Amino acid sequence: MWEYAPAPESRDIANLRPSYRMFLDGEFVEGGGEPLKTVNPATEEVLAEVSTANSSDVDKAVKAARRAHERVWGRMPGAERAKYIFRIARMIAERARELAVLESLDNGKPIRESRDVDVPTASAHFFYHAGWADKLGYAGLGPDPRPLGVAGQVIPWNFPLLMAAWKIAPALACGNTVVLKPAETTPLTALVLAEIVQQADLPPGVVNILPGAGDVGAELVGHAGVDKVAFTGSTDVGKIIQRTVAGTGKKLTLELGGKAANVVFDDAPLDQAVEGIVNGIFFNQGHVCCAGSRLLVQESVADELLAKLHARVSTLRVGDPLDKNTDVGAINSREQLDKITSLVESGEAEGAQRWTSPCPLPEKGFFFAPTVFAGVSQAMRIAREEIFGPVLSVLTFRTPDEAVAKANNTPYGLSAGIWTDKGSRILWMADRLRAGVVWANTFNRFDPTAPFGGYQESGFGREGGRAGLEAYLDV
Amino acid sequence: MASPPPASTGLPPALSDATRDETSLRRFLHGLPGVDQVGVEQRAAGLATRSIKKAAKLWAIDTAIGMVDLTTLEGADTDGKVRSLCAKARRPDPDRAEVPPVAAVCVYPDMVATAVEALRGTGIGVASVATAFPSGRSSVPVKIADTELAVAAGATEVDMVIDRGAFLSGRYGRVFDEIVTVKHACGDAHLKVILETGELATYDNVRRASWLAMLAGADFIKTSTGKISPAATLPVTHVMLQAVRDWHTATGDRVGVKPAGGIRTTKDAIRYLVAVHEVAGEEWLTPEKFRFGASSLLNDLLMQRRAQLDGHYSGPDYVTVD
Repeated sequence: MWEYAPAPESRDIANLRPSYRMFLDGEFVEGGGEPLKTVNPATEEVLAEVSTANSSDVDKAVKAARRAHERVWGRMPGAERAKYIFRIARMIAERARELAVLESLDNGKPIRESRDVDVPTASAHFFYHAGWADKLGYAGLGPDPRPLGVAGQVIPWNFPLLMAAWKIAPALACGNTVVLKPAETTPLTALVLAEIVQQADLPPGVVNILPGAGDVGAELVGHAGVDKVAFTGSTDVGKIIQRTVAGTGKKLTLELGGKAANVVFDDAPLDQAVEGIVNGIFFNQGHVCCAGSRLLVQESVADELLAKLHARVSTLRVGDPLDKNTDVGAINSREQLDKITSLVESGEAEGAQRWTSPCPLPEKGFFFAPTVFAGVSQAMRIAREEIFGPVLSVLTFRTPDEAVAKANNTPYGLSAGIWTDKGSRILWMADRLRAGVVWANTFNRFDPTAPFGGYQESGFGREGGRAGLEAYLDV
Repeated sequence: MASPPPASTGLPPALSDATRDETSLRRFLHGLPGVDQVGVEQRAAGLATRSIKKAAKLWAIDTAIGMVDLTTLEGADTDGKVRSLCAKARRPDPDRAEVPPVAAVCVYPDMVATAVEALRGTGIGVASVATAFPSGRSSVPVKIADTELAVAAGATEVDMVIDRGAFLSGRYGRVFDEIVTVKHACGDAHLKVILETGELATYDNVRRASWLAMLAGADFIKTSTGKISPAATLPVTHVMLQAVRDWHTATGDRVGVKPAGGIRTTKDAIRYLVAVHEVAGEEWLTPEKFRFGASSLLNDLLMQRRAQLDGHYSGPDYVTVD
């Protein structure tokens, strides 16, 4: 009876251009690769044509980065580097609206999230690391830690700008130069970031941004001139990269997939647990490596919690990512939508009970209604494989030991959540969960001061915080 | 607790057992799921970013006007002041006849007769605060007499305060009995139970007091007297909306919610309506189930209503001061 009128953010704010070029040695240039067309996943329309790199571009970029490292950036005093990084942070904040709208157009995530999470957190990462640039001697990594040199970085499509910030900010603060490849489906905000880098007057070659598909990434991580490889993306590609760099002496950090357990005990604050579950799996359409995709709920409250969860999920508004009231936006690509659909079908075939939100979906674009599977067992694919979509698998447990056993029973180990009013149990659980990040009575909170990273097939190395600096220093 | 309360008849066994004696009541209230402060505040802040525009905003403004309990609770209140408030309640915007009247006028018991007289035949309720409002520091007979005075003068709604001292010292039975007794004294008048959440301090207490009031037969649960700071807040209202929603799941009955105090702007009011819509459900989006205890809010609603329709803002002199 109370229909919220459409409240779309204007797409003009994005300053969308018909074509974008790659950023190499301080200039925007045409790449030698076949240009790619980036698509708005909410409408399937082509947004822009983007030039891509070929192997000689990668070579040029790595050499430019090497020059910049040896001649300027690597020998610049930290306090001077900090000024540039602070400038980038401020310029991201100044162009926050433009970046948020562009991100939502290119990625499909709701403007509420790009505006309130992605862009501010990206800016915060530059601010945070700018502060470290002249204090690296106090990071606990030795008296005068040295940079590694050239960092080759490959990032995913789920948080295009934020992942670029996670990668670039610590690299620059530690005195490294960067060649970064954004994801094939979401190159635009990284190229606006390149514009910011240019306007911030960074010396040419310190940051290079080369769009392209997986082959460009492979070329980059395999290049002999790269000293450090940082990758965020799928576990499969992570393994290939690890094989490529084995024996080369390149330093490597990998941030890969996850199948996080969100563990709800019977004494949990239930209404807030429901919020945390929703935020854990439906934030960014579930395209989050640390998504709480497995809900482990104590049997004694399972029915009550599920009823509350269904009611809450029914209120999620799925649709136009640019509408300020949209909670769940578009799936990033047709390919990802197909993958989600096939895993959901496997869940039904294996006998889990599917519940899907009755929310209306737009006719065009890649959308998937929030889905909750009850009666899931550890043996099912939907309990083991990363779905990377708005699909939650619900399992139950009887005792804390069983909760720990089930939570840890996965090849991954990126994140976990604990919901209980009992402080001692939070600590007891956190000690036993094999996950890089453990949230207590909250989920999916990101802060530049907190290290992020995984165990086992979720990768290794940390990003953010003091621990994150180690990945970019010769220690 | 003196005797089995009449209010608990018709409740499902789990709930009627809860009010059997002091121990059961205590066990029940302390068995309610806790409220995580960070979580509820984060949710309230998140939902407050909803962008309500155009037709949805106009609907919200008219709905909010119809939910206002237009209030004057001052030592300086006079018959004249109450009469002019009643005139405002009948026609909030004298230039625009289509503006709905407010839900009720809320006054002290001795002003009820004046308000009843001024509002006769309009369908607008007369709410009276009672039970030694705002502190509630008096004896039960005085509180009953206060209530009876209001009802005898024609109040259709009674806004009582709970004994926060008794609640905070864990004497839940005493609070319960008092509500049951006042409910009885109300007769046909609707009972709103003021929790004074600013004095209860924690969200856990707000949830327990909400359930306590509903178990004792409250028709409405109300945040505040308006005499204590903080008065109504969004997170507190979230907790109360969750309580009435859960009560409905358990009993099938819908209890109303009334935030009062500190809600002054249309923007704030719309945030509350969004919370009602998305936390309790759209069945609560009616003056029978949701009210705003406010005075200055009404004029901001009227000014925003004009701005929506006219396309520009007019000044405060285009709406009446009372």
